[in-house]
Amino acid sequence: MSKRLMKTLDGNEATASVAHRLSEVIAIYPITPSSNMGEWADEWSSQGKTNVWKTIPSVIEMQSEGGAAGAVHGALQAGSLTTTFTASQGLLLMIPNMYKIAGELTPFCMHVTARTLAAHALSIFGDHSDVMACRQTGFAMLSSESVQQAHDFAAISHAATLRSRVPILHFFDGFRTSHEVAKIEILNDEDLRHMVPDELVANFRKMALTPDHPMIRGTAQNPDTFFQAREACTPYYAAFPAIVQQEMDRFAALTGRQYRLYDYFGHPEAERVIVTMGSSCDVTHEYVEWAMKQGEKVGVLKVRLFRPFAIPEFVRALPPSVKKIAVLDRCKEPGAPADPLHLDVIAALREGREEGHTKLDPIVVGGRYGLSSKEFTPAMVQGIFENLAKDAPKNHFTVGIMDDISHSSLTYDAHFDVEPADVTRALFYGLGADGTVGANKNSIKIIAEETPNFGQGYFVYDSKKSGAITISHLRFGPRPIKSAYLVTKANFIACHQTSFLDKYEMLETAVPGATFLLNTPNSAETVWDTLPVEVQSAIVEKNLKLYVIDAYEVAKNTGMGVRINTIMQTCFFAISGVLPREEAIEQIKKAIKKTYGKKGDAIVQKNFVAVDETLAHLHQVTVPGKVTATRKRPPMVADEAPDFVKRVTAVMMEGKGDLLPVSAFPVDGTWPVGTTKWEKRNIALEIPEWDASICIQCNKCAMACPHAAIRAKVYDPSELDGAPATFKAVDYKGPEYKGQKYTIQVAPEDCTGCTLCVEVCPAKDKSNPKHKAIDMVPQAPLREPEAANFQFFLDLPEADRTTVKLDVKGTQFLEPLFEFSGACSGCGETPYIKLLTQLFGDRTLIANATGCSSIYGGNLPTTPYTVNKDGRGPAWANSLFEDNAEFGLGLRLSVDKHQEFALELMHRLAAQLGDELIAGIATADQTTEAGIKAQRERVEALKQKLAGLKDYEAKMLYDLADYLVNKSVWIVGGDGWAYDIGYGGLDHVLASGRNVNVLVLDTEVYSNTGGQASKSTPMGAGAKFAMAGKAMPKKDLGMIAMTYGGIYVAKVAFGSRDMQTVKAFQEAESYNGPSLILAYSHCIAHGYDLAHGADQQKMAVDSGHWPLFRFDPRRMDRGETPLQMDSGAPKIELGQYVRNETRYRMIEQQNPEHFKKLLAQAQHDTTNRFSVYEQLAKLSIKGKES
Amino acid sequence: MNLSTTYLGLKLAHPLMAGASPMVDDMGMVKRLEDAGASAIVMHSLFEEQITREEEGTIMDMQLSSHSSAEALSYFPQPDDFRLGPEKYLEQIRRIKTAVSVPVIASLNGTTSAGWLHYSKLMEQAGADALELNVYYLATDPKESAAAVEKRTLDVIRVVKSQVKIPVAVKLSPFFSSLAHFAGEVEAAGADGLVLFNRFFQPDINVEELTAEPNLQLSSPEELLLRLRWLAVLRSHVKGSLAVTGGVHDGIGALKAVMAGADAVQMVSALLIHGPERLAQSRATLDEWLDEHEYESLAQARGSMSLQKCPSAQAFTRANYMRILNGWKA
Repeated sequence: MSKRLMKTLDGNEATASVAHRLSEVIAIYPITPSSNMGEWADEWSSQGKTNVWKTIPSVIEMQSEGGAAGAVHGALQAGSLTTTFTASQGLLLMIPNMYKIAGELTPFCMHVTARTLAAHALSIFGDHSDVMACRQTGFAMLSSESVQQAHDFAAISHAATLRSRVPILHFFDGFRTSHEVAKIEILNDEDLRHMVPDELVANFRKMALTPDHPMIRGTAQNPDTFFQAREACTPYYAAFPAIVQQEMDRFAALTGRQYRLYDYFGHPEAERVIVTMGSSCDVTHEYVEWAMKQGEKVGVLKVRLFRPFAIPEFVRALPPSVKKIAVLDRCKEPGAPADPLHLDVIAALREGREEGHTKLDPIVVGGRYGLSSKEFTPAMVQGIFENLAKDAPKNHFTVGIMDDISHSSLTYDAHFDVEPADVTRALFYGLGADGTVGANKNSIKIIAEETPNFGQGYFVYDSKKSGAITISHLRFGPRPIKSAYLVTKANFIACHQTSFLDKYEMLETAVPGATFLLNTPNSAETVWDTLPVEVQSAIVEKNLKLYVIDAYEVAKNTGMGVRINTIMQTCFFAISGVLPREEAIEQIKKAIKKTYGKKGDAIVQKNFVAVDETLAHLHQVTVPGKVTATRKRPPMVADEAPDFVKRVTAVMMEGKGDLLPVSAFPVDGTWPVGTTKWEKRNIALEIPEWDASICIQCNKCAMACPHAAIRAKVYDPSELDGAPATFKAVDYKGPEYKGQKYTIQVAPEDCTGCTLCVEVCPAKDKSNPKHKAIDMVPQAPLREPEAANFQFFLDLPEADRTTVKLDVKGTQFLEPLFEFSGACSGCGETPYIKLLTQLFGDRTLIANATGCSSIYGGNLPTTPYTVNKDGRGPAWANSLFEDNAEFGLGLRLSVDKHQEFALELMHRLAAQLGDELIAGIATADQTTEAGIKAQRERVEALKQKLAGLKDYEAKMLYDLADYLVNKSVWIVGGDGWAYDIGYGGLDHVLASGRNVNVLVLDTEVYSNTGGQASKSTPMGAGAKFAMAGKAMPKKDLGMIAMTYGGIYVAKVAFGSRDMQTVKAFQEAESYNGPSLILAYSHCIAHGYDLAHGADQQKMAVDSGHWPLFRFDPRRMDRGETPLQMDSGAPKIELGQYVRNETRYRMIEQQNPEHFKKLLAQAQHDTTNRFSVYEQLAKLSIKGKES
Repeated sequence: MNLSTTYLGLKLAHPLMAGASPMVDDMGMVKRLEDAGASAIVMHSLFEEQITREEEGTIMDMQLSSHSSAEALSYFPQPDDFRLGPEKYLEQIRRIKTAVSVPVIASLNGTTSAGWLHYSKLMEQAGADALELNVYYLATDPKESAAAVEKRTLDVIRVVKSQVKIPVAVKLSPFFSSLAHFAGEVEAAGADGLVLFNRFFQPDINVEELTAEPNLQLSSPEELLLRLRWLAVLRSHVKGSLAVTGGVHDGIGALKAVMAGADAVQMVSALLIHGPERLAQSRATLDEWLDEHEYESLAQARGSMSLQKCPSAQAFTRANYMRILNGWKA
């Protein structure tokens, strides 16, 4: 048997590595945090990596988890060893097939990164609510607690299912295990062959459906037989635990790692025992190990096999001395007598006694911990054991939060810690874009793979997509690391961004004498005076060693651009002492060579130079013995912020949301809107500066801005009284606002510095065309004055909506009700949403599919949808990923019903209300802003009349009266939703004829989950699951929708023709039926600097890839062809457009010949498709008879 | 007719070869060039910027977005065999070498003696029979002297020569203060030949948009005249090979270049316009002309119109200018 390798990888890779090698068919659908497992499998298969039987597994991405489960079921029925990976909502979608697969006793193992189910809110993080929703399906459930175990249990599960015929759901904690990087021993192919001998595969093959010896499955059974037949499988479940234990024993013989169905660790005479599952086992183990050394009689029973729950094995695993048990559940089942594991333990003990397996009758309490990846630490374990020590331990407790409402929470000493002193603990605060996480993963590999040490890395990301902070938690030590929780006591802390000093309490976790590395433009001599009081105090009080480097300067001088990863990594090795310096530098260089070697030598050389230069620029600071600063860290939000924002939102912004008690929160997930405005993120190094003398007042900058951070207003000159000294205003140039003033204003602290506005600005200085009406300039000097100017600007009156001309320019005088979202800098989606809110925001309900737009639209702490001065604004909600169209239709049905009922009530109350008012309301023309305004006034009059009436119908009408003003329903989502998972529903909703507006933000790829191919992905583009370039053309959703005839369809690209975009939005909204807008959205997943997004949109249109059109069924009534082309025949070759984007270029670079064929075919398709459109646009249509 | 020639030590059946162009990216086109009888194939240049920027650009585009979101650790697949510009180029040398029997001349374009120069070695290892070093450089920095530009260029040549054993030709621009002197320096630095001249792509101005736009124009036969003059001038001093590129569109053009002193004649624009078959036609014209005029071989014509041998040598020098000027006055 060949020697096993030690490798450093995360739980997903560790699991996928086994699953891929033991499968023939893999059908998946991406969902966080499991996506990477499918991606690894796809990558390995496309690289030609085989399974242990030397054949390459087929990997397919489906349109939903429901689809993946169906494909899995089919593949299993036809006799292929099959697997899948999923989590959370995806797992829920697999449940129907899971019943089938289990009912048919089909050997199958799926791997699940256990994740929170969306309830009062969505959460991508880890807990057991999803897997617990499967405990009734008939699947066996096996839980692993660490990266090594996830790897090992994958092998045990694949073997056990084949031997037992019971399908297995193997799960581990999402993020905590799936994304933790650790050093583990890798099972080699011989190990896996040993675990899954050929006869098991042969037996499985015999079950396959084949016409060569046909059988039938999936029959329908009747009351006479279903029940008995359902019971027939029972012996398989009875035999299952022994089979799993047998596989665990065979595994132990092979590897020396012995597992049991229920593993007890602790004092042999323990009186208090915690029963738990998943990564909490390791944490509890760590505490118990410490407590035993203190002489405490405590223990932990780790549940590996949750289903079938093996009662005899479970009760026998408990120490006979046990008196009190605390069962921990990582989920909440409201209304249940107890949470699932708790309930099972109670039942197991009762039945265990009755059946004579045990005599134990301990006190059993249960509690919840760790929902949505809430930290679970040895301190909490101590709290739980202390609770157990009480005479009457608290039952149904929570731990890790403060529940000041139901008083369920246990108290514990948060500062308590059991980590061994010989473990090095390091924290790195970086930006997503600066490469900190990548460098740290690299450092762990270096230390763990090149030294006998073990390493652990866990990475915390914030919820923004631009300027996102990342915190890396690294541990290194001589033994495998069981601390499955964040670093709370650090020996080394690095701050990779100077601005963090003013935002986060990074040094709170520093142990006395720890090292603090700061990336700063200030020198070792001057840096001290730049630090705020809080930072200086921590350094002095804890006697920290302070090192500084100007990493951006070193990066600039060594050609590394803004990537400071290598530089900061070098600093870490140079001063942390985890490795001898020389050796560390050599290892970094080796790692650089490994990472970039294949991609080219120049980049390797550049990195080498950066490493060497780093050492010359890294300096220790002589720390004065006392705090000298007077400047304190600025408050998180301005004083004017609403109370809720100050009490709750600001705490979350500061990264201290864990401290908020239950009472701080709304009970039902309902939050106030318009909170991004309080989060002054100041992430742009440069912001646009307006030169009014050149400006042609086109407002294109405001139109293109993804973050509503540059705005236009036109107003009466008298409004300028009291303007700040630097506030800029010029005479308005057109006739429509003659005599008025005009201002373009930047929100300096909210701008992300993407430069899209500068790129779209058409106004150049004639004698120096480099200078435009908007140029990028450093933010810092402008921050204060422009912030004051922006505030003044906001207070200027808004344009009169009833008179604004609704062209590109005019719409940008309308107040955006979507601002400062956390979308990527330069995002191509958000300008459309912003436009939507400018046009209809004060009367819009938005149903938003899960995806990027739901994350930047609704991820806490702050949300971007806001209100106007009347308090009106978009009402926004996210239901699910797959049901968004139906959800939006539901909103429509409801508001229509409200209006209908209000009209009925109004007529019933005619005598009291008067015919004139009723007629005015009932027949109102609400197609214009003026019409809407007039209707609002009528409704106000109606409400005043109603207020005086006592009739119950009058009261009901009063509550519904606002629905007499038309509401606009928008169904918003990405292509993953519209083309794939939600397509069936979308189709149904579009076919319903109801008045909904669908906005598809088409990035042609799954953006939010990291670039997986969708059916919108164009031919030739590379994406995950289309690694060789997508071989099929993009689905033509617009054409499909047009075939119904009664759906308004438009394809738009604001970067190409913004006027057409504006027109399409208005037409879609005004069409009293279903409308579909397909909006080209440039995206970070296309692979280029998004500053050029608008140019690239133009090329997409000019090449014919994205033909602009509007299909308006109303035109047919007039005898006109419904389809109008808004872009001409292709002007440039497709290649010219696509080669600007990495998603295509990478395919060409991998295989030029193949790409050439794909491109030629795509060009051919593009030309033909345009020709089809052109011909359709010329069809002659018979108008309606008049 | 014996049209044979020796260029950079390579014995060629005739001087007509395909000059540096994107034609070599297409293996079908490469075969057509060989079928049309190209005596050698010059690859288009691997640019210094291509090596540095494309590598970095693509890596940046892919990596800047990596590891910044919990849901998306990356936005692109990470194929193992994903190769950037230079590797692709090297692979193409290998493929062309396997596909054709004529010599393949790789081309490297850059102006600084930085790390990228070691690609010359890799090109050699990939099978290139010779190297064309293109020192395209627009001296726009007023602080940089002509001497500094020349020194840097010579440094590049020395570094490349120190790395490879295959012959190296240097492709020059006509914009040197003393080209004849500099050509000697280039030779002294180790160059095995000179290629005259590089064509600068001149950006055009879009007066509506107030932008400078890249503008690629194919060469015209008029451009040959400048080359003829310098071939004639340099033939007398340069011991190594001389090649012409830019402006040869037919057999007579090629003949003129040979007469002025060229050992090799590179054609690009004419092949792009008329197809690779233009090369065969030009060769036939050359052959017929020499035959009609009773030349024994092409060698007899080579350099016959160089400055040293030309009966009207002043036409290549300042006197020519004077004469034309005077003629215009008259």
